[in-house]
Amino acid sequence: MARHTRRGIVLVATIGLVTALSACTSGNSGSGGGNNAAAAVPGITATTVTVGSHQPLTGPAAPGYSKISPATNAYFQWVNAHGGVNGRKIIYKVMDDTYNPATTVTVVHQLVQQDKVFAILNGLGTPTHTNVIQFLNDNKVPDLFVASGSTTWNQPQKYPWTFGYQTDYTVEGKVLGSYIKQNYAGQKVCFFGQGDDFGADELAGVKLELGDSGITSAQTYVVTNQNVGPQIGALKAAGCQVTVAATIPGFTALALGTAAQLKFQTQWMVSSVGADYNTVNGLLKVPPLLEGVITCGYLPSTSSDTDPWITLFKQINQQYNNNAPWDGNVEYGMSVGYLFVQALQAAGKNPTRESIVQAIEKGGFTGPGIVPLAFSSTNHSGYTGVQLAKITNGQTVAFGSAYTTDDGSGPVVAYNGTEGAVPPNGIPASG
Amino acid sequence: MERFVFLTVDGLAHGAIYAAFALALVLIWRGTRVVNFAQGAMAVVSAYIAYSVASASGSYWLGAIAAIVSGLALGVLVERGVMRFVAHTAPLSAIVVALGVSLLIAAVVGILYGVDQRPFPVPFSRTPYTIGSYAVFSPFTLFTFGVVAVVVIGIALLFTRTSVGLRMRASAFAPETARLLGVNVSRVLTVGWALAAGVGAVASLLIIPTAFLQPNAMDLVFVTAFTAAVIGGLDSPVGAVVGGLVVGLLLSYVSGYLGSNVTSIGVLVLLVAVLLLRPGGLFTMRQARRV
Amino acid sequence: MTGSDAAVAPSAERRKAGGVLRRLAGSPMVGSPARGRTLARHLAIAVVALAIMWYLTDHVEAFYDFQIATIAAYLCVVAGLTVLTGLNGQVSLGHSALMAVGAYTVGLLLSKLNDHNVRAQWTVLLALALGVLTTSVAGVVIGLAAARLRGPYLAGLTLAIVVVVPSIATQFGSLFHGDQGVPVPAPPAPTSLGQFFPQEEWDAWIALAAAGITLFFLANLVHGRVGRNLRAVRDHEAAAQLAGINVARTQVTAFVVSAACAGLGGGVIAVINQSASPDSFALTLSLYLLLAIVLGGLGSLYGAIWGSVAIVWLPYLTNKVMNGLTLSAAEAAKLRGNVPLAIFGLALVIIAIAAPGGIQGLLRRAGRWARARFASRVPQPPSSTGRRPETSPPQGGATHRQAAGPEGLPPTTPSAPTSEVTT
Repeated sequence: MARHTRRGIVLVATIGLVTALSACTSGNSGSGGGNNAAAAVPGITATTVTVGSHQPLTGPAAPGYSKISPATNAYFQWVNAHGGVNGRKIIYKVMDDTYNPATTVTVVHQLVQQDKVFAILNGLGTPTHTNVIQFLNDNKVPDLFVASGSTTWNQPQKYPWTFGYQTDYTVEGKVLGSYIKQNYAGQKVCFFGQGDDFGADELAGVKLELGDSGITSAQTYVVTNQNVGPQIGALKAAGCQVTVAATIPGFTALALGTAAQLKFQTQWMVSSVGADYNTVNGLLKVPPLLEGVITCGYLPSTSSDTDPWITLFKQINQQYNNNAPWDGNVEYGMSVGYLFVQALQAAGKNPTRESIVQAIEKGGFTGPGIVPLAFSSTNHSGYTGVQLAKITNGQTVAFGSAYTTDDGSGPVVAYNGTEGAVPPNGIPASG
Repeated sequence: MERFVFLTVDGLAHGAIYAAFALALVLIWRGTRVVNFAQGAMAVVSAYIAYSVASASGSYWLGAIAAIVSGLALGVLVERGVMRFVAHTAPLSAIVVALGVSLLIAAVVGILYGVDQRPFPVPFSRTPYTIGSYAVFSPFTLFTFGVVAVVVIGIALLFTRTSVGLRMRASAFAPETARLLGVNVSRVLTVGWALAAGVGAVASLLIIPTAFLQPNAMDLVFVTAFTAAVIGGLDSPVGAVVGGLVVGLLLSYVSGYLGSNVTSIGVLVLLVAVLLLRPGGLFTMRQARRV
Repeated sequence: MTGSDAAVAPSAERRKAGGVLRRLAGSPMVGSPARGRTLARHLAIAVVALAIMWYLTDHVEAFYDFQIATIAAYLCVVAGLTVLTGLNGQVSLGHSALMAVGAYTVGLLLSKLNDHNVRAQWTVLLALALGVLTTSVAGVVIGLAAARLRGPYLAGLTLAIVVVVPSIATQFGSLFHGDQGVPVPAPPAPTSLGQFFPQEEWDAWIALAAAGITLFFLANLVHGRVGRNLRAVRDHEAAAQLAGINVARTQVTAFVVSAACAGLGGGVIAVINQSASPDSFALTLSLYLLLAIVLGGLGSLYGAIWGSVAIVWLPYLTNKVMNGLTLSAAEAAKLRGNVPLAIFGLALVIIAIAAPGGIQGLLRRAGRWARARFASRVPQPPSSTGRRPETSPPQGGATHRQAAGPEGLPPTTPSAPTSEVTT
């Protein structure tokens, strides 16, 4: 009996010692987290700026998305090689969350509380990032350019430190719906989307333009089940002439492939999320399946040979990204990196967390986007529209004009502006 | 009616693959009383090797042969190199070791090949033949049925007609007695693992062409196949096949008529129904615990 | 235990059954002074441990408080699971689903209360209690279904339950918010502790309190009659039934107890993470819980502590190793994410093979080795192995209380079989 008690206390003391030792050997052990002397901005030193991100680098969600953060980092290396921002080099700490929200919480806590990053940049995923948005806002950490099209990031009252980036799914749906209304009136329109907020938001957008009865058949898939035969079969049975697809690239390929097997002909209109030509083409065993597919996007077409942004990004990709295969993910990563550098410059010579948020809210950034960014003190959403493109002869060729709209019942309006000019050296001019 | 035919064919095709995979799980269970949680990862490695060989040589068949051979080799490697060192008194440790092996394999594959999805070559067309307005089997589906049938019959013959099979059955049921009678039980175990890994490789060759190749490609197949094996009875190879087909059909019908989100609920309902009536699976021989 | 084994080695079976019966015959009776001593001992350990942790959490930085909180939350689940699997032999792969039940209950209740502007501290207590209750109900349902199942069939059923969780969250999306999950607006740390009192430390205190209660409860359960019944059913059902134990009720009780622990753990996790989403409670988590109980030491509550620490710290350490290396862009692309995974997998294999009894098994062995080394110098009464011998020697054993016998059993019990000494 005495042995038990002795053993118990010894073991308990061991836990205590081990934890204490490990705590002492790494990092400061101030009394709790009470911020004594917060004069120093976390993540900012005289020579560096450190930002963090959570990304699915491994696991079922990794394909494609794992290429975004290396591309962003490549752009940062390019900027660092040219002197950095106001003399500070950018350090990008990316942590793998395997698209598991519990892991996201852990790594974001680690980035904020242990690595003390200046901001979280481009956190990827709707289910993953919704788990950390409250924590980041409570701790007043800039939560910039979330890699997701959910409307959750656009709530400046509730989440003042959070900013979206890519076009909201609902906005996309509205633009596609408006185009269908004008060009395919009277035809049977169907929907094939992911069974989560991505699909639901996009469908809601389409319905805002076409009305609830405008969709003949709406089928959903889940990422855990790669057999979409039943769903495509249902679409074929419904006789769909136009099918809006809110799919990730893998499922775009599966849908197109299965439709070909089942001899289901329809005009596919694919979300920007799942429409990158190089990615989808790499997954299809029959590349001509992509011909004639309509897609949309808010960045220049990746197959363009003349767009100066593409040229710049391809150059950086070659020099600093180990010449990774060029596709929409790489373009996306670098565009986000460019926007962050713009924001950092606008935040001033001695940026603080508050100053970068104010700089973004002031808006006015121009860059590779073919639609404007909507940042203001009342709008944290990001890109406000898309332009449609058609895949012709293996190239994604934009047509018509870009359109912008909001998440609600506002009209779909043509946008006649152009993308921003490429600054010298590809680095935003200091503001 | 067309839809029903279509869903039935689709379900049977996928069910055949689950049947093959479940058979591999049953093989290892019967031999070692261990559920091989690394089965999926091992199958994926074989698939990657097939992919490399097929890409390099341009021939799907060379790749397939490479996959089967590598599967057999991998089974031997895992059993001899890792599983044999696990203490027999701790069956749960075997599961932990298998999980560790599967993580290690997925990581190595990710390092060597990257985590991106790749399309997998397919030897026959996947466009179904049509009889009237009914879309029935495609050449690839027929190929799948054929291969699974060969595998199942082959294993059945192996177990019942050959001395190797007899030794395997003896080692599984009464290892002490078998040892006394001169059976090299440990070598038989290795053969069992090799066989199971080979069957898993074949299953991966059949299912990955319908989706994409990536390090986690077989994880869900493992879960479904394990459920199918449980439904059929882990001790029964016939149960594995029946369970696989039934689960495949169920998944197809539920996905087609009720939506893709509730397929897992459908499987759970089936599982509960079977286990309530026959706690050892459909084809069990063991006595139920009477409650 | 297959029927075939029994045919081959009947003597082993008989010995096992006999052992069970003997143990059942010679255990402390409820209400005896020995039981009171056990309770007091456990209470003392709990108090000391909590005091140490209270001191610690105050003196480490916020991230470690967060990790301690997470470890403590998982400890609730792992402890319950190790009792279920280690002591009762039921392998469950579904405890992450039970955690989800607890987490969602807590989340939904706190969200509802928050909507009505009720934000006091007692809401957390209420939510956790309700979480435990709902999960216990779920545990009863699953336990009843599972009572007839053995080994891998139970594993298969519980695995199917885990896989269903995301589907249910999406299917009833209006209630459960689908993929995004339910936010858990737990009230912040009370202002009486200071304006800058870190939320992480407060969360750690909540988690540690929950873990302390769970361990205390389980320790007493395990050392009492219920624990004895659990082990008896695990080792030999027929013998246990002969001894008068209701096997079904024992199985279901074990499941419900472990489910309640899982519900508490899940609820605490929801509070710490401020959200409850379906992907956090996927199959991966269930497998991690399994890792925890095996790595820590199956069946041991101390093992549960080691296991919980392991599943939180091993990934953290492997990531740290990775971040310590400087890599070129080419290498980073291939290695990042994969190398920590490989290290983790390798660690699992090595630990599980080298230490089948887990970390607690290693510690026990080390302790025995140390005692053996120092025992050679000090004359010791002949000690039994870890098992308690059923009686003290019948000849005037009253003075030999100290010989590790079951406390409180009168030395002259005529019914105790004295002819067969322990195996």
